[in-house]
Amino acid sequence: MNGLIHSEYPRETADYTHAGEASADIKRQLRQLGVSANVMRRVAVASYEVELNLVIHSEGGVLTLDVFPDRVVLVSKDRGPGIPDVEMAMREGYSTANEEARALGFGAGMGLPNMKRNADGFEITSQVGVGTEIRMMFMLQ
Amino acid sequence: MTVHELKELLNARNLTETLPEDAEVTCGYSCDLLSWVMSHGESGMAWATVQTHMNVVAVAVLADMACVVLPEDVEMEKEVLQKAENEGIVILSSPLTSYEICGKMYERQIPAHT
Ligand SMILES: Nc1ncnc2c1ncn2[C@@H]1O[C@H](COP(=O)(O)OP(=O)(O)OP(=O)(O)O)[C@@H](O)[C@H]1O
Ligand SMILES: [Mg+2]
Repeated sequence: MNGLIHSEYPRETADYTHAGEASADIKRQLRQLGVSANVMRRVAVASYEVELNLVIHSEGGVLTLDVFPDRVVLVSKDRGPGIPDVEMAMREGYSTANEEARALGFGAGMGLPNMKRNADGFEITSQVGVGTEIRMMFMLQ
Repeated sequence: MTVHELKELLNARNLTETLPEDAEVTCGYSCDLLSWVMSHGESGMAWATVQTHMNVVAVAVLADMACVVLPEDVEMEKEVLQKAENEGIVILSSPLTSYEICGKMYERQIPAHT
């Protein structure tokens, strides 16, 4: 495997209709590269969760996919509002999702824990009033 | 059991008529919270849910599921069905409740995990 990929997926607030399409495209690209089912599955879960968080919680942002010979890197960067207590946000069951999102089945407070569990490397930094950045890495071997 | 056999078992209708029903159902799950489904979803899964919006299809595709089963004759909008057909995800609608659907699948030895 030596083809490098770089794709960017801008996501807008509350655009539920297109939510999930970035993750589907990422999965398609990985399948074309012949990435193993296990890695593909873990990337799919993590990219879906991070993509939906951009739509549900952020004021808009970009999800970026980079594939290197030995790893897949996903980065989500948004324009705010930022997370006041990241440690709390990382706990299973913690959610500030609004009524609209909850009615659609979001807001279980499982997204961030799902990302951390599925990625081989996970980093989150957030600043209120500035934004949130999440970096995830998946080893290909 | 194939999707077709599951359809018969659940007395269900296939809302995605253009899709084949020959995929093998290897496990089952029931939940309406998408992040839970995302963390439990497996390939070959038959997933019972009352959610009917676009993201149901997205979750099913990402997990390589065999089909989605809507309980209690729940319907799905045309655009969502169109997306399901494009992505190859069969949507069944059954008159049974989620409880009955799971009970029937369990009775026929469809496990929770592969
Ligand atoms: N990009 C973001 N911008 C601002 N807040 C965020 C962002 N991502 C997550 N959060 C905060 O962290 C909380 C937990 O996120 P997590 O994804 O774990 O759960 P959820 O999105 O609320 O529910 P679920 O993912 O189960 O549908 C969110 O409710 C929100 O308060
Ligand atoms: Mg989330």
